[in-house]
Amino acid sequence: MNTAVQLRRPNETGVPDPFQYMHPLMIKNYGAWAWHDRPRPGVLHHVAKNGDEIWTVRAGTQRQMDVFTIRKLCDIADQFAEGHVRFTTRSNIEFMVSAAEKVQPLIDALQGAGFPIGGTGNSVSMISHTQGWLHCDIPGTDASGVVKSLMDMMYQEFITEEMPNRTRITTSCCQINCGGQGDISINVQYTKPPKINHDLVSKVCERPAVVARCPVAAIRPAMVEGKPSLEVDEQKCVCCGACYPPCPPMQINGADSTKIAIWVGGKHSNARSKPTFHKLVVANLPNNPPRWPEVEEAVKTILYAYKEHGRDFERLGEWIDRIGWPRFFEVTGFAFTKHHLDTWTGARKTMNMSAHVHF
Amino acid sequence: MSDDKITHENGGADHVGKNVNAQHPTPMLDELESGPWPSFVTGLKRLRDAGDKQYAPMMNDLLGQLEHSYEERLGYWKGGTVSVFGYGGGVIPRFSEVASQYPASKEFHTLRVQPPAGMHYDTDILRKLCDIWERHGSGLIAFHGQSGDIMFQGCTTENVQKAFDELNEVGFDLGGAGPALRTSMSCVGHARCEMSCYDEVKAHRSVINEFLDEMHRPALPYKFKFKFSGCGNDCVNAVHRADFAVIGTWRDDMKVNQEEVKAYVAEAGRKYTIDHVIAMCPTRALSLNDDDTLDVDNKSCVRCMHCINVMNKALAPGDDRGASILMGGKRALKVGDLMGTMIIPFIKLESDEDYENLVALARRMLEFFADNALEHERVGETMDRIGLPAFLEAVGIEPDPNMVNHPRTSCYVRTDDFTDEAEKYFERKAREAGLNIAAE
Ligand code: HEM
Ligand code: SF4
Ligand code: SF4
Ligand code: SF4
Ligand code: SF4
Repeated sequence: MNTAVQLRRPNETGVPDPFQYMHPLMIKNYGAWAWHDRPRPGVLHHVAKNGDEIWTVRAGTQRQMDVFTIRKLCDIADQFAEGHVRFTTRSNIEFMVSAAEKVQPLIDALQGAGFPIGGTGNSVSMISHTQGWLHCDIPGTDASGVVKSLMDMMYQEFITEEMPNRTRITTSCCQINCGGQGDISINVQYTKPPKINHDLVSKVCERPAVVARCPVAAIRPAMVEGKPSLEVDEQKCVCCGACYPPCPPMQINGADSTKIAIWVGGKHSNARSKPTFHKLVVANLPNNPPRWPEVEEAVKTILYAYKEHGRDFERLGEWIDRIGWPRFFEVTGFAFTKHHLDTWTGARKTMNMSAHVHF
Repeated sequence: MSDDKITHENGGADHVGKNVNAQHPTPMLDELESGPWPSFVTGLKRLRDAGDKQYAPMMNDLLGQLEHSYEERLGYWKGGTVSVFGYGGGVIPRFSEVASQYPASKEFHTLRVQPPAGMHYDTDILRKLCDIWERHGSGLIAFHGQSGDIMFQGCTTENVQKAFDELNEVGFDLGGAGPALRTSMSCVGHARCEMSCYDEVKAHRSVINEFLDEMHRPALPYKFKFKFSGCGNDCVNAVHRADFAVIGTWRDDMKVNQEEVKAYVAEAGRKYTIDHVIAMCPTRALSLNDDDTLDVDNKSCVRCMHCINVMNKALAPGDDRGASILMGGKRALKVGDLMGTMIIPFIKLESDEDYENLVALARRMLEFFADNALEHERVGETMDRIGLPAFLEAVGIEPDPNMVNHPRTSCYVRTDDFTDEAEKYFERKAREAGLNIAAE
């Protein structure tokens, strides 16, 4: 029998009640807001049906924050705001205040501490990102580092609202794509089939489960040097990496073969056009830490082509829908190759089944 | 996971003869300290340099390992099994594969913790969370992951329970991991957004808190995610990322304040208004009258939100509010991307009873998933595998033209009961019409 200490049973409280933390004006006017405007980039001004007003100042963070940074943000919230904050889905922090004259001192304090003010309206908001080398067990690249590099490059577009519409960027450090869809998505793309360490397979992998994972049935059980292992039909393999999480000895990452691809035109909002998935623009960019200059360059090209040519309220994908893909490739100078033609289930539906052409 | 054996194999030799306090050089990471955006590397270094703190050596070695990853362009974490007493999931175990070089961060687990609905905090609770994580963890916290969790990153196996106990004492609970109900997210909505068509906090907490057992003791075929957006702008990306997306909408006419429409036109100009509001309506539901008032053909409007976003002072969602439910959104693995499919065009969300109906619907869908999905299959894939008609029948939902872009184009279908089905449709319509009349 175990005489060890009595373990504490968890309180299965689930989702915390936010009203205990929410700004009092938000509680008071919960569900009763009338309209809003944006006095300047990074600041929202909401007016309730009863005339109450609240100002929100939005600042960018590095998402992976040390406690000192969080406490610094708390100090600012206590001194210059009213002690309440919230985070956005893109890891921006928002401070709410009840009077217009509190906005500027709050902005000054945040900027003074190195936090950019922006991310509202037609800006490039913080990149929604994943874990990468800092913490995931299957990453092909880092996430925080790529994001830091890109946000440095696009800093001006975070603190201003000069894009045609909201511009949302995502990163993903493997093809699982935890980062999500984006106007621009920067994702790892594996380029070589997994390298198998046959000594370990039978020790750590449930072979039928791994076989079942493969989307193209490229994996077969096999005996290799008298040991039960797995083999991959390299002709069939689409290098998706799905076999790697359940079977780490099927190493998919390679220092040189792990590449980065850039996709565009994803959007989740229903505004105007229906939500869309992102589409491939360029692949095979080197995974080049610590600053990923080739990726930065490609993102910059796409971003500024959109900024220059997109019309007000057109999301990146909507801009391309208007001008057409031929023109998009022309304007950005990227190559259009056979790899841009989809070959997956439903591929025909992505083809142009009309005589509509752009020249 | 099955690989904890290997990671433990090299566990024993880790402590030998290393100068744990020597600072690892980080020339590549150092480059990420320049530039205007806040640097996570600077934050990691602050933790490393907090000499009196228990986590300082851990963060030194974490930086060492990360630099090593930057040099080698490979990751060095392995999964394993770590959980807290009473729960099966919610902790993401990480064991270092290079622990002999970086022993102090050889265990660096993450606690996935559910955020308050809408991600509201006050400074008092944030400071408490920091203090707890400073006592037991690495001092590194991510607000938030893409699934919504607060990620307390970097904890030894031994401290996981202690950290969780204290987090739990201040009112926080673990989120989902593994084949389980996952942590959910709701937009700011009712708290500060005039577009919001239902009470996101209530929906989020009612649904998730009802099924916590599915979150804490993973027993589903695979992950299942709910997400709650108050309108079609879908700020929490429910449509791509949720198995069950709740997206606010309304059924009656949108509200138009014609004086504010005129004010907008006067300010923005006629041509601008026509080009950017009227002409951008996807269903041509809008028309600008000669006196600069707005005509809305509400029967054509698809509640896309564009005109309301642009003229938010003049236009607003109608009064008969609720949500659409879209099911089956997910990303790549294994069959490819799936967008959520419209399953319930409208569920009223106003009274307590309406929210109970939402929870009941959620239960039906979760049960369907638990009973019918293959192992490692998301519900969108199950829906594809069995076909939408079979799915609808299984969950007791009638087909609706809002579910499709257009009816089928393939004639390979057996239609000998078409007449019966048509009769059922007309009966249902009559019943709906009758109920509406009775309720008035
Ligand atoms: C061992 C394997 C995996 C690990 C360690 C892992 C880890 C993670 C992490 C850490 C996040 C949060 C990302 C962040 O914001 O930092 C995440 C989100 C996500 N993961 Fe995974 N993941 C794994 C497998 C998968 C698989 C197999 C899929 C899909 C088939 C997947 C799909 C997703 C998606 C779609 C999200 C975003 C969820 C959302 O936006 O709500 N993951 N994953
Ligand atoms: S995208 Fe891949 S590597 Fe990155 S966090 Fe998600 S599962 Fe891990
Ligand atoms: S990488 Fe993907 S396609 Fe290739 S063997 Fe593994 S699971 Fe199959
Ligand atoms: S989804 Fe709609 S209701 Fe929710 S915050 Fe976004 S715009 Fe507002
Ligand atoms: S909400 Fe969208 S569909 Fe409806 S009228 Fe406005 S722009 Fe048109």
